[in-house]
Amino acid sequence: MKLVIERREISSPFLRFSAPIASIGVALFVAGFLLLASGVSPLAAYKEIIIESLGSLYGLSETLVKTTPLIFAGLGVSLAFRMQIWNIGAEGQIYMGAMGATWVALFSGLQNHWLMMVAMFFAAFLCGGLWAGVAGFLRARWQVNEVIVTLLMNYIAILWVDYLIYGPWKDPKGFNFPLTAQFSDTARFAEYFNTRMHSGFFLALFCALILYLFIEKTVWGYEIKVIGSNQKAAQYAGMNTGMAIFFVLFLSGAIAGIAGFSEVAGLQHRLQHGLSPGYGYTAIIIAWLAKRSAIGVVIVSFLLGVLLVGGDSLQLLWQLPVAFVYAFQGLILFFLLASDFFIIYRVKLIKGVARA
Amino acid sequence: MLEILLDATVRAGTPILFATLGAIINERAGIINLGIEGLMLIGALAGFSGTYLSGSLLVGVLAAFCATFIAGSIHAVITVQLRGNQIVSGLALTMFGVGITALFGKGMVGLTIVGFKRVAIPGLSQLPIIGKAFFNQDMLIYFSFLLVFLLWVFFYRTRWGLGVRSVGENPAAADTCGLSVSKYRFFAVTIGSGLVGIGGAYLSLASTPMWIENMSAGRGWIAVALVIFAGWSSPRAMLGAYLFGGITAMQLRFQAMGTTVSAHILQMLPYFFTILVLVISTLRLKKGASQQPEGLGLPYDREDRK
Repeated sequence: MKLVIERREISSPFLRFSAPIASIGVALFVAGFLLLASGVSPLAAYKEIIIESLGSLYGLSETLVKTTPLIFAGLGVSLAFRMQIWNIGAEGQIYMGAMGATWVALFSGLQNHWLMMVAMFFAAFLCGGLWAGVAGFLRARWQVNEVIVTLLMNYIAILWVDYLIYGPWKDPKGFNFPLTAQFSDTARFAEYFNTRMHSGFFLALFCALILYLFIEKTVWGYEIKVIGSNQKAAQYAGMNTGMAIFFVLFLSGAIAGIAGFSEVAGLQHRLQHGLSPGYGYTAIIIAWLAKRSAIGVVIVSFLLGVLLVGGDSLQLLWQLPVAFVYAFQGLILFFLLASDFFIIYRVKLIKGVARA
Repeated sequence: MLEILLDATVRAGTPILFATLGAIINERAGIINLGIEGLMLIGALAGFSGTYLSGSLLVGVLAAFCATFIAGSIHAVITVQLRGNQIVSGLALTMFGVGITALFGKGMVGLTIVGFKRVAIPGLSQLPIIGKAFFNQDMLIYFSFLLVFLLWVFFYRTRWGLGVRSVGENPAAADTCGLSVSKYRFFAVTIGSGLVGIGGAYLSLASTPMWIENMSAGRGWIAVALVIFAGWSSPRAMLGAYLFGGITAMQLRFQAMGTTVSAHILQMLPYFFTILVLVISTLRLKKGASQQPEGLGLPYDREDRK
């Protein structure tokens, strides 16, 4: 008896479709043991997650609230993935985007709602974009590893926002809490159905559509895809790969920055600590699961939104730490990577002694 | 004053030193490990729990090594045996580490242990300036000195070390010579991860003898960047780690002296300098002084051999 691993001639579409679903299933199964170990019945916990996030109109609206920033950040990260560029800094870009939007909301003095919205949008877009653009510049100019730079800049961005809200931007009437003043109504999104759901969700869907068209129907999108699959070939074809790398990381960060705008304008109405509980990291899983498709990003963001809302309720019911969701996300990624192996390779059991 | 600062430098640099050494072993064999941050947390929690439950610091350190050895083997199986994407697998390991330590560390928050004590080395600790900083420290710090030396000997004076380097440089050639690429890579990842875990344990057993959620606070990522600064060599890793220990120590000193600069701005310094150092060392690499293993980040499949 001998185990033989061989490459499949063609990867079956059935496997490619079912592997991600199977990996989430296996991750749920393994996470069940983690829950058992901390004294929570996994079945009860999973039932709770589904009921809390999908079981009522309110639950569904909360899920969409969480889905919104995930779509933006996921789109940003997946755009960079398209070109084999790793943007691990969506978390920091969300913070910088939120900072830019907050600056406009608090200090611009604009009175017109639409003007205010447009100004906040562009401030967030620019702040997020320039923040990622630093890594883009370093990568394009000197091939500095963008994974490490984008990641370290997360810490700097979060500390910078902390500095602002503990220092110069602190609400003078805020009883010394580290918060900025609340936004006026001109700087807020509309809310729907008496829930916390806000226009940010529709903006996110719109962004997904635009990005899809950008990638699939424009020359720039085509260049990005070519550079992503073969940088040398792209250079021979006369494409400016350095410029493209900078541009893609800028755009990737800018889209993640809009998540910050949507969070402060739609939900929190002020800049505060813990603005994003790790949406930028979840975005990496979303981009990887969605296999670079913009529509995939929307679907996967919704699934992870379910998980985040469910995770919050587990915290309330059983005092599980919020970070538990991270362990689960890590497990999904592990099994997803493992499943890729079985898409590309076939494992065969051969009877008798194989002679080489 | 200088003595105190130097002492604080060594103490702040040691966890990063262990983590950088562990990461170097990974990358020498050709595997990028971005799970260092998560591994440090797992090591910190396992080290603390081991010591708390057994009352022995040695048991704690061993627990940290074993726990991260096992966690590292997940990354090893995915990247070596299953040829998965190393960057994604490492990020998954970090997320997993952050999550699982938050979950299992909940019961450990607020407990205390007796951490590592300083042991003065007679004679050497009396040296001016450097004596106190380097020879009046705890056992783990002395172990880290030894490790820097041992790793250098391992890589450049032993057969196994040569094997690890060759599977990292050119796995196809190593395979042709009869070395098992997957075995070398697997053990480089797991043992390297174990060392990272000891760095984590230093945080919870010596720096502050308690468990705090997310206590590594980005040190793992600094270590990943330092590997490039160190040019994949252990003595230079020591230099890099102490450089960052120095920046951390100075920043804390500034805060203690009560400067008008915001603490948040001062806390940015280590991350800012890491990026700066990364840029400078990348520029140096490009000038032909590259020590980067040729096969770094590439999965090895015999069928792809040319």
